[in-house]
Amino acid sequence: MANKDETTLLSSLGRLVPHLKTIAWRLLAGLLTALAASLVALAIPQVYRVLVNTALEPGKGTGALWVGTGVVLVLGILEAWFMVLRRQFVIVPATTVETRMRTGFYRHLQQLAVEFHDRWGSGQLLSRAMSDLNFMRRWMAFGAIMLVVTALTVVIGVALMFSMSWELGLIFLAAAVPITIFGFTFRRSYGRASRRSQDQAGDLATVVEESVRGIRVLKAFGRGREALDSFAGQAQELQATEVHKAKSLAQFSLVVTLLPELALAAGLVVGILLVNGGKLDVGTLVAFFATAAVVAGPVESVGPLLSMTLAAKTALDRHFEVMNAENTITDPANPVSLEQVHGALEFRGVHFRFPDTPVGAPALLNGVNLELRAGEIMALVGVTGSGKSTLLNLVPRLFDVSAGAVLLDGTDIRQLRLAELRTHVSVAFEDTTLFSNSVRENVLLGAADHPGLSPDQILERALEVAQAGFAYTLPHGVDTLIGEEGLSLSGGQRQRIALARAIAAKPAVLILDDPLSALDVNTEERVSQRLRQVLEATTTLIVAHRPSTVAMADRVALLQDGRITAVGTHAELLAGNDHYRHVLASLDSEPRDLDTGLDDELPDDLGTGPLPVAAGPGDQPSEHHSSTNSSRGTAE
Amino acid sequence: MRPAKKETGAPASNAHERDSKTAATAQGTAGEDRVNLSKAEGRAVRERSVRLLRTLLRPVRVRFAITVALVVLSQTAKVAGPLLIAYGIDSALPALTADGGDWLPLAVTGGGYVLAALAASWLTAAYLTATARLSQAMLLDLRIQVFRHTQRLSMEFHENYTSGRIISRQTSDLEALRELLDSGISSLASGLVFMVLTAVSIFTLDWVTGLLVLGSAVPMFLLSRWYQKRSQAAYRSSRVVSARLIVHFIETMTGIRAVKAFRREEDNAARYEELAEDYRRVTVRSINLNGVFQPGLVLIGNVTVAAVLLVGGFRVLGGALEVGALLALLLATKRFFQPLGQMAMFYNSFQSAQAALEKVSGLLEEVPTVRPPRNPVPLPAARGDIRFTAAEFRYGDGPVVVPSLDLHIPAGQTVAVVGATGAGKSTLAKLMARFYDVTAGSLTLDGVDLRELSSTDLRRAVVMVTQEAFLFSGTVAENIALGRPSATRAEVEAAAGNVGADAFIRALPDGYDTDVNKRGGRVSAGQRQLISFARAFLANPAVLILDEATSSLDIPSERLVQEGLHRLLSSNVSVRSGGPTVGRTALVIAHRLSTVASADRVLVVHEGRIVEDGSPAELLARGGRFAELHGAWQDSLI
Repeated sequence: MANKDETTLLSSLGRLVPHLKTIAWRLLAGLLTALAASLVALAIPQVYRVLVNTALEPGKGTGALWVGTGVVLVLGILEAWFMVLRRQFVIVPATTVETRMRTGFYRHLQQLAVEFHDRWGSGQLLSRAMSDLNFMRRWMAFGAIMLVVTALTVVIGVALMFSMSWELGLIFLAAAVPITIFGFTFRRSYGRASRRSQDQAGDLATVVEESVRGIRVLKAFGRGREALDSFAGQAQELQATEVHKAKSLAQFSLVVTLLPELALAAGLVVGILLVNGGKLDVGTLVAFFATAAVVAGPVESVGPLLSMTLAAKTALDRHFEVMNAENTITDPANPVSLEQVHGALEFRGVHFRFPDTPVGAPALLNGVNLELRAGEIMALVGVTGSGKSTLLNLVPRLFDVSAGAVLLDGTDIRQLRLAELRTHVSVAFEDTTLFSNSVRENVLLGAADHPGLSPDQILERALEVAQAGFAYTLPHGVDTLIGEEGLSLSGGQRQRIALARAIAAKPAVLILDDPLSALDVNTEERVSQRLRQVLEATTTLIVAHRPSTVAMADRVALLQDGRITAVGTHAELLAGNDHYRHVLASLDSEPRDLDTGLDDELPDDLGTGPLPVAAGPGDQPSEHHSSTNSSRGTAE
Repeated sequence: MRPAKKETGAPASNAHERDSKTAATAQGTAGEDRVNLSKAEGRAVRERSVRLLRTLLRPVRVRFAITVALVVLSQTAKVAGPLLIAYGIDSALPALTADGGDWLPLAVTGGGYVLAALAASWLTAAYLTATARLSQAMLLDLRIQVFRHTQRLSMEFHENYTSGRIISRQTSDLEALRELLDSGISSLASGLVFMVLTAVSIFTLDWVTGLLVLGSAVPMFLLSRWYQKRSQAAYRSSRVVSARLIVHFIETMTGIRAVKAFRREEDNAARYEELAEDYRRVTVRSINLNGVFQPGLVLIGNVTVAAVLLVGGFRVLGGALEVGALLALLLATKRFFQPLGQMAMFYNSFQSAQAALEKVSGLLEEVPTVRPPRNPVPLPAARGDIRFTAAEFRYGDGPVVVPSLDLHIPAGQTVAVVGATGAGKSTLAKLMARFYDVTAGSLTLDGVDLRELSSTDLRRAVVMVTQEAFLFSGTVAENIALGRPSATRAEVEAAAGNVGADAFIRALPDGYDTDVNKRGGRVSAGQRQLISFARAFLANPAVLILDEATSSLDIPSERLVQEGLHRLLSSNVSVRSGGPTVGRTALVIAHRLSTVASADRVLVVHEGRIVEDGSPAELLARGGRFAELHGAWQDSLI
């Protein structure tokens, strides 16, 4: 991530311009009022001068004094008012731009593919959404304006100084040359350090996040100490970077304050010599130094303002780094819409490799061909890490195939709008994510229209199918808040709520990734039974590790070495496929008994013919498995 | 540790409840979302946050003093410049123009100016660095404190307090403190010094003007009070709203798959926009308060200047005051008010930091309900004998989950716990791993109450592997080594080999050095479980607790794990123990028959009670719940 920031300061800040269009005039007004406030402050001494020169002599009338005081008072009120006005002009638009960028950032992140999120810790993203944009706003509302005001003040001041004495002005200006040169190196080193510190702060947030989400592991192994050490190490790195940053700024401040002062020292000596030589009068010399004193303040604040600008640049770079990340999974240009979805799902020559898999490594999915008939329940079986979950993720397009296609009712899913596709396809993941919301909201989240059923009935039905009746016994029943912010449920409870959610969506295609793994046998059996009944018209692809899950499927597909190597009923595969037996054979101490029990039901041609179905490329599951349709009836 | 007692909410309490139930208190993190606190509560949390600030300052007080001294010195050096100019024009110039032309005063002026400039700029640079060091040291201290404390807090707390909230404490709240420390100290110190010096010089010049300037303190005080009250509420709500924004953000990003799969994008974005708008509004509110406060101070200053001009002017007209003196007084008065802007900024960041520290100190005030003992009983080599005696457990004030339980697990026994989801199996495991403490009765390991064991001894002896196999950023090897950080690479690989994870790890792009978040290092849920199993193997405890630890494994992997487990459990606990060879104690919670069948003993749990207890064969023969379950399993295997 780091060190990609070779963009120049201006081009980085320039990216902000499109966001400023609507508020440009208000920023300008803010700038003008800030200038006006400085000018008013400068004007007050002029009143004293006039008063002292004309009115303030013992015995003179009080009228001029009253008028003079009145003017000073009005100018004083004006100064304060201009200060109020500057904020009024700038704050609302600046915070509006900030908020707009923040929500835009969030929206963009939601659109970005899962693959992006796998790479980026949420702490890192958070620091970009919060502190970077906060910083950018502050720079916009204060830093940028003050930088302009400061620069103008210095320019006007130096011009005044030149008008008084070009020799002295030249001496003062000479200091600007080394400052400018040093400014360039400062910009580079400080910019780099500020980038590093902001990155480190983001990483630190990620460490915090992990330490809390992984608290069970840390506690179970008593590794709090090690976690703390590693956190402390990273926090110290950040500390070192921050101190380095401060040193770099201090160095710059040293140069920026020292050089003008040295120039003034020279100016003082030269000025006195000039006066001595009769080339300059004392009044002008005094005025010169009075002006120099006015300019000194702004010159000193150049350092902090410049560092603020550099940090704002970094913040913007980090912001746009994410904003420019390309969304790899998008809606098609010319979307097709499916009128009536039957739910026939086909994987055709599907290849998949993660985008950042090193070249040469084998693809995870290497030519998967699989066809699910509409309404069919298909179990997907394979060893741990064979790519089952990945294959499932392709259906709602959480990932896109690298080659080949996934088709829904014969239409490539990439031709559908994402929202439409994900209405047709519903998933229940193994690692269940519930949202901070009530049970009801969570279950009805993606719920489709169920003709003739009220939301309460839909909820009840979904919970019943998923055997999640426990929800009614929670403190506030189905209105109990769950998820991150709410009640913590056990793994099995979460799985059942997530399952209910997937069911309530009433999709054409249901994708279940080992959704029953945390359930006990009895519950699992009840869920399976109910699922079989309600999934009558739903094409279901379910990852199974257990014979019990497989039992509810019409057919089973075996995923092996990135391909589907066999499709058939459980009994068929158990009989005819060694790998299948290896993957799914029981752990029972007496597996032989199971086999002998099965022997009777096996087809006679066992071992003589080819595998009933070996779905290679182009080879589609064929008709002689129509028996599977009837098997559904017998299972009930 | 402060003697504050946490309102113990059962895990069965949710955020709403947390707020309503504890509405009467602002103790700890309870009710931290509330903005309007009663007077007493407000004072309490304010004091708490100032106290925290003070404890942070204490260890660095020398450095703090040095920093302040540097600030004061640099201010003094800055004052020298104008004085030298005056000297140059008033003395060096006449000396030069005078006959003979004395060059010395000019040289002194020029040299002095150079010296003053060097000193001022060097001191400025020094205090900038010193301030950063100071502020970073305090931040690091607080960061580590918060981190350590969150690690110490019990599971009970973590089950109610989200990661998003802790992140917001560690990020945006600390950011507010950082602002105070970075700019506050120097502006406060230099401002104060400057104002005091100027006030003194005004009084010595003319006491009437001095009184006028002093009189301006009254409206300034009133304005500050007004600002303090308003900004406190504003900053407090800003902390609350920003935490909400952060929590929502984190929840979305960690659950992005579900967000996409269930098309939550639009609803989420609407919610986030709402929160971001709230955040914008509170930000604008606090800025606007400051936007009244700061110009208000300038206004008071300017009005005072006008008053000085009027009063002084009359006295000049009356001949009681010199014009030059009036001019000097006017400039001095103006100068007196100059640092006020900085002081206001300090006050502003102080208010913001205080609100942030209110939240942070609340988190630090939470007391872990599961605490390490004061005088631990050493247990260097545990055998693994577990005994529950009249043990009872409930979450907080909730209903009793485990009613009086008596259970003895002799060292070396492998016990399977079965029962329906929610029967209380996991509670047993959590008690044994001391995620929770029994609320009555006792739970001992080798005759020592778990509450009396140091956490080092306890965690060496007892290790729990849960269903959620969490992997941390880092390499696969690092994740396994979490089990025993001192392990060599060979030991890490052996542990992986023992659970059958070696093959798939070697197949990853960089083998054991593959980053689990990067470059094809993504591992499946089953593989995550294997890695976390390897962790437990490496930890090599006397008591191993497995809570559904194999649920995502396929059968061949599970078989490998079981073989490894069998080897581990039957191996001698510790060479040092010297006693008779006994294996390891294991408590296995499983929904799968295979795991249960190989156990020495089976416990059937129902509603927190052990309803059946015996060897698998005995229970089968007896024909109770276990026999029933067993039948169901048998069926499920076909």
